[in-house]
Amino acid sequence: MLSDNTIAIIDYGMGNLRSVEKGFQKIGANVVITNDHQSLKNADKIVLPGVGAFKEGMENLKKLKLIELLEEEVIEKKKFFLGICLGMQLLGRKSYEIEETPGLNWVDGDVVKFNDKELKVPHVGWNNIALTGKNCLFQNVPDQADFYFVHSYYFKPGTKYAASLTNYGVEFVSSVNKENIFGCQFHPEKSQKFGLEILKNFANLKNGN
Amino acid sequence: MLKHRLIPCVLLKDWQLVKSIQFDSYRTIGHPTTTVRVYNARNVDELIVLDIDASIKGEEINTEIISDMADECFMPLTIGGGINSIEAIYTVLNAGADKISINSKAIENQNFIRESANIFGSQCVVCSIDVKKINNEYTVYNKEKGGIDIHPLTLAKEYESMGAGEILLTSVDHEGTQQGYDLELLNQFKDQLRIPIIINGGMGRPEHGVQAIQNGADALAAAYIFHFSQYTPAQIKEELCKCNIPVRSSI
Repeated sequence: MLSDNTIAIIDYGMGNLRSVEKGFQKIGANVVITNDHQSLKNADKIVLPGVGAFKEGMENLKKLKLIELLEEEVIEKKKFFLGICLGMQLLGRKSYEIEETPGLNWVDGDVVKFNDKELKVPHVGWNNIALTGKNCLFQNVPDQADFYFVHSYYFKPGTKYAASLTNYGVEFVSSVNKENIFGCQFHPEKSQKFGLEILKNFANLKNGN
Repeated sequence: MLKHRLIPCVLLKDWQLVKSIQFDSYRTIGHPTTTVRVYNARNVDELIVLDIDASIKGEEINTEIISDMADECFMPLTIGGGINSIEAIYTVLNAGADKISINSKAIENQNFIRESANIFGSQCVVCSIDVKKINNEYTVYNKEKGGIDIHPLTLAKEYESMGAGEILLTSVDHEGTQQGYDLELLNQFKDQLRIPIIINGGMGRPEHGVQAIQNGADALAAAYIFHFSQYTPAQIKEELCKCNIPVRSSI
């Protein structure tokens, strides 16, 4: 049974919101796409999806005056937060995509480009994740399950908040978790059964577990 | 480890999904949403749908069907056909597609690839190249213009440099024949690009997939085998797995 709380998906002009919405609807969650401050304040959980460039992502968040609001809702009020793909990268300290750009700096870690000459970039397709430990986001998801990735930049390992690691020529952080903040580099909404399982786990998170 | 993908690649025509044979005749596969639901249940890795009413007849892109399909598609969905403007890309992505496939417009104007990649990211831009052997030479083929005097690999490299994220490489001669992928063509592409190659046209048996991967394909697109043969996606993957080709297991 899913709790009746509301999940807000942030609309900040960085694509691909509909499939995230459909994923949550499929598992029976109550979800809205919005960038309205009041709606985000009213929501119980917040999802930041996103496909596109890091710098543009940060700039769009700034333009919509969402950064302060998010810090209040997520850092102070401890609302559950899930960043997907670019949304996870934005959690980091800074990105070196095109030019050095500071991120939200909620989770320590830098975002860099796959630059091995032998590697095909973007890293696109299904790849397995190695869980670093037990995590409520991955309940009922086996270790080494495959998820759908599509990205050219990655979250560098080293952070103690890595929830899983994935190898694509180099090892990178494929999901993070720091207290109420979650992020995944892969697209759960495009990863069929286990992806939907993750959305369900997020929707079911309750304070105190 | 990154897995090799198995991708149904089907055509949208008169509100039905169809499969073409050497770009000439068509066989009906079924209703779009029902078919997508089946693909989803069978754990294929991705789905490509080319709207040929939009590409050939020049009709408006059928966003109604695209969004109906997207609603059932919890895996990546690529839409092609009639993608000839940035507005068309917005339309298709808003309808729920994850990537778009560009063909004719890229032949006409390569800058369109760069423009698209700058706005939507390379990961969103699949460039489709149709190849036909003419006078024993591989030639880029366009349904309207016929053979175009450029080698497919040369064109693919140009597309890559303009920001294409993937190449969908279709052999017109092998398409619908079930005789296997064009391995000679693939060999010319092997190790030549830094972006993934999705080979299309000719898969009739699981071992054809094995051969294609061994000859340099990153992903396998097919239609016939999923609908008009006894093989299931799971059996195809099993065969790949037996030959030590990494695939996503269909649990």
